[in-house]
Amino acid sequence: MARTSNVRKGLSKQLEIDLKAWLFIAPALAFILTFTVYPILRSLWLGMNQLEMGMPKPYFVGFQNYVQLASEPLFWKVMRNSFAFSLLTVLPSMALGIGLAIIVNKKIRGVGFLRTAYFYPAVMPMIAIASTWMFIYMAQYGMLDQLLASLGLKSLNVLSSKKTVLPALSLMYIWKEAGYLMIFFLSGLQNISTEIYEAAKIDGARPWTTFRKITLPLLAPTMLFVSTIALTNSLKLVDHIVIMTEGAPNNASTLLLYYIYQQGFIYFDQGKASSLTVIMLVIMLTVSMLQFIKTDTKIYYN
Amino acid sequence: MKKNENIIPAILGFILAFVWLVPLVWLIGTAFSKASFAMSLVPNSGFTLDNIIYVWQNVPFGKYYMNTILIVVVTFSVQCVTGTLAAYALATMKFRGEKLVFLIIFIQIIIPNDVLIIPNYRTLSDLKLTDTKLGIMLPFFGSAFGIFLLRQTFKTIPLALSEAAIIDGCSTLQIIRNIYLPSSKAAYISFGLVSVSYHWNNFLWPLIVTNSPENRTLTVGLALFAKSKEAVMQWANVCAATFIIIFPLVLAFFIFQKKFINSFVSSGIK
Repeated sequence: MARTSNVRKGLSKQLEIDLKAWLFIAPALAFILTFTVYPILRSLWLGMNQLEMGMPKPYFVGFQNYVQLASEPLFWKVMRNSFAFSLLTVLPSMALGIGLAIIVNKKIRGVGFLRTAYFYPAVMPMIAIASTWMFIYMAQYGMLDQLLASLGLKSLNVLSSKKTVLPALSLMYIWKEAGYLMIFFLSGLQNISTEIYEAAKIDGARPWTTFRKITLPLLAPTMLFVSTIALTNSLKLVDHIVIMTEGAPNNASTLLLYYIYQQGFIYFDQGKASSLTVIMLVIMLTVSMLQFIKTDTKIYYN
Repeated sequence: MKKNENIIPAILGFILAFVWLVPLVWLIGTAFSKASFAMSLVPNSGFTLDNIIYVWQNVPFGKYYMNTILIVVVTFSVQCVTGTLAAYALATMKFRGEKLVFLIIFIQIIIPNDVLIIPNYRTLSDLKLTDTKLGIMLPFFGSAFGIFLLRQTFKTIPLALSEAAIIDGCSTLQIIRNIYLPSSKAAYISFGLVSVSYHWNNFLWPLIVTNSPENRTLTVGLALFAKSKEAVMQWANVCAATFIIIFPLVLAFFIFQKKFINSFVSSGIK
């Protein structure tokens, strides 16, 4: 008798905790559900509808939006551009990030200044960076073309050539991102015990060997994690396109998120924009899943 | 011995630092010198405040400042309340559905808000909140990053403390206020720096949501000015406008460099 009442008491106690916990979580959860989970489901639904300007209600068309996208050369061009932009930015900014981290991890006088100099672009809005770099890249009068002119070379006008627009935007982004990625590598480096380096030194290992055989493998978990951040960041970047090129010349700089924005808010084709959103969601999900699959198989612990 | 070893990285480091600082130096130099036809790295046309004054008078940056400050402060305040409550529950209670909650919060870590502009804008127009400051803030009131950061910190606070407080007759909210908040100041500062920087710099969502100067933020104001006809070739004015919107944050960063960098390291989970 006493025992059942204890059990019951235990049960109602647990119920009380459950209720209290959910009550505490409810406000945050309500916002996350409304503005992260629900919109994901809503894009799935809208992506299967036709919804253009002037249509009062979405009209269900199944997978037709996707079929149509697949047949559009522009869609594939945008995908190629996004892929190229990620490729041109992620690896170089990671490599540079490691290099900068190694420098600021040394006992150098003025290392605080160095860290500040490398990191400050990360606290600047992309819009401000793009407004500044626009003048660096501006045709003829811009800093780059002036520099080329003073060297007796032909001006390039990098933003209006199909070949140079993405590399130029990438260079600007590497400059912004490298310092940000640096701080993760720096904390990774600080977790490597100095004893290993001392042992390597006693064995007479050269700096390059030490870097390849010790630093890089021990940084592998950090690299994995940073590559997810870097890839996600580069995929969702759009501010610079709005300011600098609007996709020009001839869509050579249209990236996926900019394409979504353009379809949804300039051409008001929200059905197509939603299908594109779903494609982007799948890419984002894949990128973050990569991290989990690989961490299980290859990791070096200290 | 040690000094010699570091001389090459030091030289390289300072050269790179110089290269990294070129855009900022040029930006500030140009913002404060007389407009000239030729662009040069080191301004050569004399100091002036004209560009700043011109931009301030011709673009409602004062209004944009007020809007941005309001958005940044309110967003972070609400994030703190919702985040603290959720983090407290996740750190101290064992309850049914815990895994589901983690999963939902985790989705926000993987899917950045920017990707969801289309459906979120529709939600906003269902709620009749387009072109409002509340509409800019609303999607960010629940912050997964904040919840995880605070939970991690709360976990390090021994439960014995709050058990003792319960015996003394403290309510849960009192426990949070008197035990958890004071011992987690560093986490709140990190959360604040990351949140404020993010929302000060955020562009795409405020651009889409706002339609009138009444509700515009600094970034949107700068973008509209930089793209306007009167700004073409007027780099002195655009630099002045850019300077106006970046200087509070960049100045704060130069002063509290260490604190910022440590906070952004924890933002990796974002």
